[in-house]
Amino acid sequence: MLEAVSTVSKWAIPVFLALVLVIGTLRRVEVFESFVAGAEQGFGLAVKIIPFLVAMIVAISIFRASGAMDILVTVVSPVFNLIGAPAEVLPHAVMRPLSGGAALGIASELIKEHGPDSLIGILVSTMQGSTDTTFYILTLYFGSVGIRKYRYAIASGLTADLTTLFASIFIVTLLYAHLS
Amino acid sequence: MVNYIWLGMILMGVVTAAWNGQIEVVTKAALEGAQTAVTTAFSLIAIMAFWLGIMKIAEEAGLVRVLAFLVRPLIRLLFPSVPRDHPAVGAIVMNLSANMLGLGNAATPMGLIAMNELQKLNSRPDTASEAMCTFLALNTACITVIPSTIIGIRAFYGSADPAMVVGTTLFATTCGMAAAILADQFFRRLYRLRGGGLC
Repeated sequence: MLEAVSTVSKWAIPVFLALVLVIGTLRRVEVFESFVAGAEQGFGLAVKIIPFLVAMIVAISIFRASGAMDILVTVVSPVFNLIGAPAEVLPHAVMRPLSGGAALGIASELIKEHGPDSLIGILVSTMQGSTDTTFYILTLYFGSVGIRKYRYAIASGLTADLTTLFASIFIVTLLYAHLS
Repeated sequence: MVNYIWLGMILMGVVTAAWNGQIEVVTKAALEGAQTAVTTAFSLIAIMAFWLGIMKIAEEAGLVRVLAFLVRPLIRLLFPSVPRDHPAVGAIVMNLSANMLGLGNAATPMGLIAMNELQKLNSRPDTASEAMCTFLALNTACITVIPSTIIGIRAFYGSADPAMVVGTTLFATTCGMAAAILADQFFRRLYRLRGGGLC
C-alpha cells in the first residue's frame, strides 16, 4: 500500500508535466509563450493571499506561544487518540470548510512548527489538499443566483467533508504512523 | 463563524498568556506570525507561477475539453433532470474537470455559469433544485490530482519529498467524492419521501 501510494506520488507530476507539453505541442500550442502568460498571474495570486495568511498565522502563533494550544491538545487528545490522529490538527479541521486562506495559514504554521515530513506535517498537508471550503462555495454559488433555501446541500457537503477528513486521517496514520 | 474562531483563538491566547504570567509572548508571537505569513506567501509565488504556466498550456491544448468528453456519461447519470444538450451540462463538466486538474481559478467562474444555467431549469427560484445540490456536493468534494499549493509550502519548509502527499490526497479525495455522490442520492430520496416542501 505504502509503495503504491508513494509510486503514484512520485510519478504524478512528471507524467502530467510531460503529457501536457506533448499534447500542447501536438495541438499546436505555443508552449513557451503560453507558459509565460499563465505564470504571470502567479505573483498576483500569491500576494492576494497575504492578508489571510497574516490574520491566521498571527492568531495561531499567539494561540500556541501562550500555551493555549497545549491546553486544547490535552483536552481533545483522548477523542483524537481513539481515531489515532494527533490533536494538533483540530484547528485546521474546524477552519477548513469556512475559509481556504485561513486553513492554509494554519497548515503552514503546523508544517513550520513540526516539519513537513512529520506525521502532523503530512496529515495537515493531505487535509489541506483534499478538503474544500464547503461553506464558502455554498454561499458563493447559491448567492450568485439568489437561492435562499439550500435544502440538503449543506448536509451532503458536510458528509463529504467529514468522509474526506477521516479518509485523510486513515490513510496517513496507516502509512506514516512510524513517523510519530 | 470565521470571525468567532479567529477572535476566540486570539482571546484565549491572551488570557492564557496572562494566566501563565508571560503576557510579553503575545506581542512577540504576533509579530513573528506576521513575518512567517509574508515569507510563506512569497514562497508560493514560485510554485503558483509554475503551475499556472502549465495549466495555461493544458487549457489552450484543449485538455479540459478532452476530460469533459470523458466524464460525460457520468454527468448524465448524476444529473437526470438536466436535458442532454442543455448549456448547463457543458459548464458543469468544465467546472468539475478544472477541479480535478487543481485549476481552482478556472473552476469558480465555470461553476457560477453552471449555477446560472441550472437556475433557468429551476421551477422554484429561491429553492435549490436537486441538480444544484448534486453539483454543489461534487464541487465541495472533487477528486484532486495535484494539490499544488500545499506542495509549494512543503517545499519551502524543506521537505525531502514535497510531492509525497499526492497519493494520500488522491485516496482521500476519491473517498470524499464517493461519499458526496452517495450522500446526495440518499438525501435526495429522503427529501422526496418527506414531500420536498420541508427544508
